[in-house]
Formats: sequence, C-alpha cells, structure tokens
Amino acid sequence: MLELNNVEVIYDRVVLVLKGLSLKVPPHSIVALLGANGAGKTTTLKAISGLLQVERGKVTDGQVIFQGEDITNWDPEKVSRKGIFHVLEGRHVFEHLTVEENLLAATCLRRDRQGIKEDLEKVYSYFPRLKELRRKIAGYLSGGEQQMLAIGRALMSRPHLVLLDEPSLGLSPLLVSEIFHIVKEINRRERTTILVVEQNARVALSVADYAYVMENGRIVLEGEPEKLRENEDVREFYLGLTPEGRKSYREVKHYKRRKRWLS
Amino acid sequence: MFWQLLLTGLAIGSIYALVALGFVLIYKASGCLNFAQGEFLLLGAYVALTLVTTYKVPFLPAVILTLAVAALAGLVVERLVLRPLIGEPVISVIMVTLGLSALMRGIFQALWGTDTRVFPPIFPQEPVSLGGVSVSAVYLWSLGLAVLLLLLLSLFFKFTTTGIVMRAVADDQQAALSVGISVKRVFGITWAIAAVVAAVGGILLGNINGVNASLASLGLKVLPVVILGGLESVPGAVVGGFVIGLIESFVGGYLDPLVGGGLREVVPFVILLLVLLVRPYGLFGEEIIERV
Ligand SMILES: Nc1ncnc2c1ncn2[C@@H]1O[C@H](COP(=O)(O)OP(=O)(O)O)[C@@H](O)[C@H]1O
Ligand SMILES: [Mg+2]
Repeated sequence: MLELNNVEVIYDRVVLVLKGLSLKVPPHSIVALLGANGAGKTTTLKAISGLLQVERGKVTDGQVIFQGEDITNWDPEKVSRKGIFHVLEGRHVFEHLTVEENLLAATCLRRDRQGIKEDLEKVYSYFPRLKELRRKIAGYLSGGEQQMLAIGRALMSRPHLVLLDEPSLGLSPLLVSEIFHIVKEINRRERTTILVVEQNARVALSVADYAYVMENGRIVLEGEPEKLRENEDVREFYLGLTPEGRKSYREVKHYKRRKRWLS
Repeated sequence: MFWQLLLTGLAIGSIYALVALGFVLIYKASGCLNFAQGEFLLLGAYVALTLVTTYKVPFLPAVILTLAVAALAGLVVERLVLRPLIGEPVISVIMVTLGLSALMRGIFQALWGTDTRVFPPIFPQEPVSLGGVSVSAVYLWSLGLAVLLLLLLSLFFKFTTTGIVMRAVADDQQAALSVGISVKRVFGITWAIAAVVAAVGGILLGNINGVNASLASLGLKVLPVVILGGLESVPGAVVGGFVIGLIESFVGGYLDPLVGGGLREVVPFVILLLVLLVRPYGLFGEEIIERV
C-alpha cells in the first residue's frame, strides 16, 4: 500500500537526515518503525505526509509510492485527500477548540452530514471518555485524553493510512497499553493501515505485524516482531534485556540516549 | 448630554469593533499585522458611494455589491500579495502591508480625488427620541447593524465547519495541515471576511461623516483598540472597540470644550501607551493553556 524507496531527505538544503531509507507497509497491517531519539522517525513520517514542506525540508532522492502513485513531495493537502493522515508527535490538538470541534475540524474535506454524524459516534465508541468530554476545551485535557483525541481526529476523515508519531510519549504505562489496544482494534475493525513510530519498542512490537529499526537515517534491522524480540541488539538496547534479565542501572547508563526504551 | 454621548460612543465604537475584528482575524490566522485595514474601509465607503451616487443603484443592492467587491479584493490581495510571502519573516510581511496601504491610497486618490463626498440621505434625517434623549438615526442604525454583524460572525465561528476550521488554523497550523485542512484557502477566506467587515465599517462611517481619504486613518485607530483588547482575542477586539469609542465620545463631549479641542484624537493613543506599559497582552490577551 505504501512504499518508500531509498528516500533521502534534506532540511534547509544542507542537513541530510534520511540517507536512503526504504520500507513497505502492506494494506490493512500495522507496521512499527522503531529507533532512538534523533534517528529520523518523525522526518520519515513527514516525508510521507508532506509536512516536510513547512519545515523547509525536501525529499531529494528516492520515491514515496502510495497505492501505486508517486506522491513524493506532494502538498500536505493533496496527500490528505488520498486518505493519509498524520497524528503528530506531541498530539497537537486544537487547544482552544472543544473536543467535538476538534473532531469536526478534520471533516472539512467532506460534505456528507449523515456520515460525519456516524463517524462522530464511531470515534466516541472507540473512546467513550471523549464523549463525556465532548464540550470541554481540548487544551485542558490530560495527555492521554489528548492522544485519544488526536487519534479520533484522524479517524474522522475515514483514513486509509494513519501515521502515528510516538503515541506513548509522556503517558503512564497503563494508558499506553490502553491506547495501543484501541489502535489494534481500529486496525482490525476498520481495516485501517497504520504506520506507528515508537521509542517504546515493547508496546509497539506487541501490536505490530512487522517492524523496522532505524538508526541515523537508515533502516538497520527489520522483521516480524517475534524475530526482532529474539535479536540480541534489540533485546539489549531497545528492550533493556540481557541474558541475565534486566540490566543494572550502572550498565544502562552507558546507553543514556536510549534510556527511554527502558521505561 | 450623557446619554447622547453614550449612544454616539457606542455607535462609533461598534464600527471600531468591526474594523478591529478584521485585523485580529488576520493576525490570528496568519500572524500578519495588516496595516492596510483602513484602506479596505475606505474601499467599502468609496465603492458604495459611487454605486449610489454615480450609478444610482438603490442603497441595499449597492451595499451587497460593495461587500462582494470587498470580499473579492480581500481574496485577490491575499493571493497576489501575501501568499508568496508565506514562510518569510514577519517584518517583511508587515512592510508589505504598509506598502499595500500606500498603494491603495494612491489608487483611491487617482480614482476619487481628495474632496469629501457625502452619501445622499439614506437613513431618516429627523433625530430619534429615545426616552427623552434625541439622537440622529444614523447612529442607531450603525449600532444596530454593526452589532447584528458581530453576532452573525460569532455564530459563524461557533457553528459552521468553515468557522471551526478557521479557528483550528489560528490554533495550530501544522495540526491543521495534518488533518487535511487547506490552510491557504483559510487565509483567503480570512482576508475576504476582514475586507468585508472593514467595508461595512466604511459604509457606516461614510454615512456619518462623509467620505474622504482621512477615513483610512481609522485603520491606525484600530491599533489602540486591538492592543487594548489583546491582539489574539476576537471578543477583545469587540470590547476594545466599544471602550475606545465611548472614551473618545466622552472625552470629546466633556473635556474638549474645556481645553479647546483635540483631546479626543489623542486619548486613544495615550491609552495605547498605558496598556502597553501595564498589560502588554491586552485585557483579553490569549490565554496560554497550561495543564496542571
Ligand atoms: N526542521 C529541521 N531542520 C533541520 N534539522 C532537523 C529538522 N527536524 C529534524 N531535524 C534533525 O533531523 C534529525 C532527525 O530528527 P527526527 O526526525 O525528529 O528524529 P526522531 O523523530 O527519530 O527523534 C535530528 O538530528 C534533527 O536534529
Ligand atoms: Mg520524533
């Protein structure tokens, strides 16, 4: 469904961030893209959704193919019209709008009032908490509620492909597994294809059908979640496990930049 | 005297509110300070006047045509002048709106000269008596129409998808793009609405004062209004408009006779300075939402 072929991204004409990245997302699947802070995960998603443009970034080589069509460097607007929606890192809800207004704002490409109503109910059925909060100003919601709203907002546009950027960021472990559980449900019931970016490898591998690990702008490892979980490096760096079990704090400190994997 | 000053203050204030509203909408959506807002007001006044006097179009159709022309002008200006500047530093955008203001002023002068022109009487001429206070009808009409327009706009922003989308863009442009909102289209609509409310202000003010280039200086008066209300606040623009209108009216009525005039022109700018010193974010400055 989505294919990145040797994609190279440069910011401000000089900063080379993606260095020939390739990955595939089959229809109706969940694919996880793992990697440490600064690896280029967010950049990868922005290269797909077209949001690179507003940050003066550009795909300078390779192609982004969606449903057989070359969408490299398209306008974000045009990409959305193809059915690709990007849930940004840090949620980015419309803070001064109510929950329901946030959901409605995402329906601007649609004209079918009845369908919009049904989709509102559908989002509320996945996230009952949002229904209770529908008249509340989104800026005052908790981090977990904002994440639910951000995902719900993407659902409102009946997406074919959702790009999820670090939904676990700053949330409690309980909330993280609840949100990933719902993501899995959405994937199963709506048949929505999902590309999820995570630093939290544990939870991402638990729902993904396939996963890539990236480092420094390149894919360094890929495979089924079971296979990756067996991999020594993944166990050590991304899951914080060694043959003797959890690493002691002292040893871990060495990998400080990967600290968040251990939470 | 008090009640009369109150009513004229409210009427003028409502016009300030309209013009300031347009200014704030553009600022919220795109971060651009539009120093040509006064010229859009003048555009509305001149076009309506020309339609009514030269082409003998009846007043109501003339107003509707004028608003269409204003909306179109707003769209064209956004498309040709502002859009190429997306992503440029704010200061360049501000300089461009200053240039636009000079350009429009020049065109108006070439087309309509410098003489003050007056609308033929449209609103009833005899003063209306309200509980013993007599006010000229044009003030009441202005107040009524401006308030009506403000109400319609607030309903528009609250209940229509386009209104919600416009607020979404003002809130978070990147997120708006990510859910498929056409930010460029929203900028266009914003400029059109700003031009339309300014044109309504121009028509009303033209009926009160007559039309000449000095009407555009009201664009400058918008600054104290929006600074008072808070640059980011639509309710602030409305309240600020009324407050400045009232202060001007009372200062003009009570203090100017004592000092020989001129104070009413100065006071708004004195207020501007005071607000900047005491509350730089204005009375209603954007609440930054911080969760606890
Ligand atoms: N707008 C930008 N301009 C220049 N460099 C950027 C920009 N955005 C990100 N980068 C750089 O690209 C690299 C990857 O960033 P990012 O894609 O955000 O990584 P991740 O999401 O994996 O943490 C980082 O080194 C970052 O400094
Ligand atoms: Mg990131």
